[in-house]
Amino acid sequence: MKYSLFNLIRNTFSGHSRWTPAWRDATPKTHYDVIIIGGGGHGLATAYYLAREHGIHNIAVLEKGYIGGGNAGRNTTIVRANYLLEGNQPFYEWSLKLWESLEQELNYNVMMSQRGVINLYHSDAQRDAYVRRGNAMLMHGSDAVLMKRDELRDMLPYLDYDNARFPILGGLMQPRGGTARHDAVVWGYARGADMRDVDIIQNCEVTGIRMENGAITGVDTTRGAIGANKIGLAVAGNSSRLAAMAGMRLPIESHVLQAFVTEGLKPLIDHVVTFGAGHFYISQSDKGGLVFGGDLDGYNSYAQRGNLPMVEHVLESGMAMMPSLGRLRVLRHWGGIMDMSMDGSPIIDKTPIDGLYLNTGWCYGGFKATPASGWCFAHTIARDHAHRYNAPYRLDRFMTGNLIDERGGGPRPNVH
Amino acid sequence: MRINCPLCGERASDEFSYLGDATPGRPPSGASLKEWHDYVYLRDNPRGPHHEYWHHVGGCRAWLVIHRDTFTHEIFDVGLACDIEESVG
Repeated sequence: MKYSLFNLIRNTFSGHSRWTPAWRDATPKTHYDVIIIGGGGHGLATAYYLAREHGIHNIAVLEKGYIGGGNAGRNTTIVRANYLLEGNQPFYEWSLKLWESLEQELNYNVMMSQRGVINLYHSDAQRDAYVRRGNAMLMHGSDAVLMKRDELRDMLPYLDYDNARFPILGGLMQPRGGTARHDAVVWGYARGADMRDVDIIQNCEVTGIRMENGAITGVDTTRGAIGANKIGLAVAGNSSRLAAMAGMRLPIESHVLQAFVTEGLKPLIDHVVTFGAGHFYISQSDKGGLVFGGDLDGYNSYAQRGNLPMVEHVLESGMAMMPSLGRLRVLRHWGGIMDMSMDGSPIIDKTPIDGLYLNTGWCYGGFKATPASGWCFAHTIARDHAHRYNAPYRLDRFMTGNLIDERGGGPRPNVH
Repeated sequence: MRINCPLCGERASDEFSYLGDATPGRPPSGASLKEWHDYVYLRDNPRGPHHEYWHHVGGCRAWLVIHRDTFTHEIFDVGLACDIEESVG
């Protein structure tokens, strides 16, 4: 059913009792042209663009839990394209462009809010680095504005500008950045894919990958064996486990990242603000809660919860940036499992196994990449070669030395 | 998560810093590029028991090898890295 004012009024007369489910709860067929493993944002977007852009409709998305129950429901909902490196910025700018038209594209309200993303700087050296990054963004056709301290003080009066250790000298703003409603993004892609005959199969965990003569033939699942010509992996923190089923080892470690939400408030924070002296980022949801997060706990983890030292560290960073946070109560905090790559950048590529494609390594940044990740992964699966936007995100770049180390941190996941 | 350091006793985990997987063995000199690539970049990344290097940087500064479950965060065993390296040879 198309969502429109007309249909809203029509359903009002029947007391809203005749809305149909947004997608079918499909049961698996015996064979598909393409199976996408992982029903998160990236997997569903991949299935959507395979059907929409490449005319492939015999597709299944296999999800071990339920749609929206993994990292799609655990992120801090930030959308931005403020990267420095040549390999990253064109991809993320394309993602931001897709975000800007996503609601019309999907006929679904993803609550995209381009409220501006501001990175604060606290020293002259950091200002210079942000000028350089802002110029790189402008040269790639993105938007960037360097904000001085006084301009910032008018916009964000609640920050601690005169912090003795980390005074705020200004910020780099991307006005087109912002937030989107994370659940609505997966629901919208699921509905769009379903309308194009994609089977979305929940509670279906993959237990094995079937191969013959080095080529993919299908998967074993908790709901039986399913045949496939091509398989795309989009399973975030579980990438290494799935790749191991196909005999591969990946340049990936799984780490836990925690996020937090406070009790609901009247409007206080109108933008997304990030602290330049520590890893801390905050925005306000439409329900009123302040949503924020920080660094990884720092050790390998598959537990979807973190430990208290990082809770303390994140809240200390928040207090240093915005002291009024101390008057609030934290309502919930939770953890998600990040697929941390060795250089901090993602992988969207074919694998050495015929018919097996890989989408992983999103580190902290998977949510904002959702549309372009699906768009590029669909292109790679359908055409058997990368689009120029994801051409740098090769699996073999660690062998050839073409790393994309945005942070300059070195070859270890917990430094990115 | 609390870690039972062999030299200091049970301490809070934020006294320690983490290096990573302790199982990859450093290739001999003259090893091929592929062996170095595998050593530096590829990981088993298991969900379950995992041997890993931790540094008691806020305490005795000893390097430790900890056998820990990555799914439950349960710690099975903590040893000094120097002892374990010697026993491995």
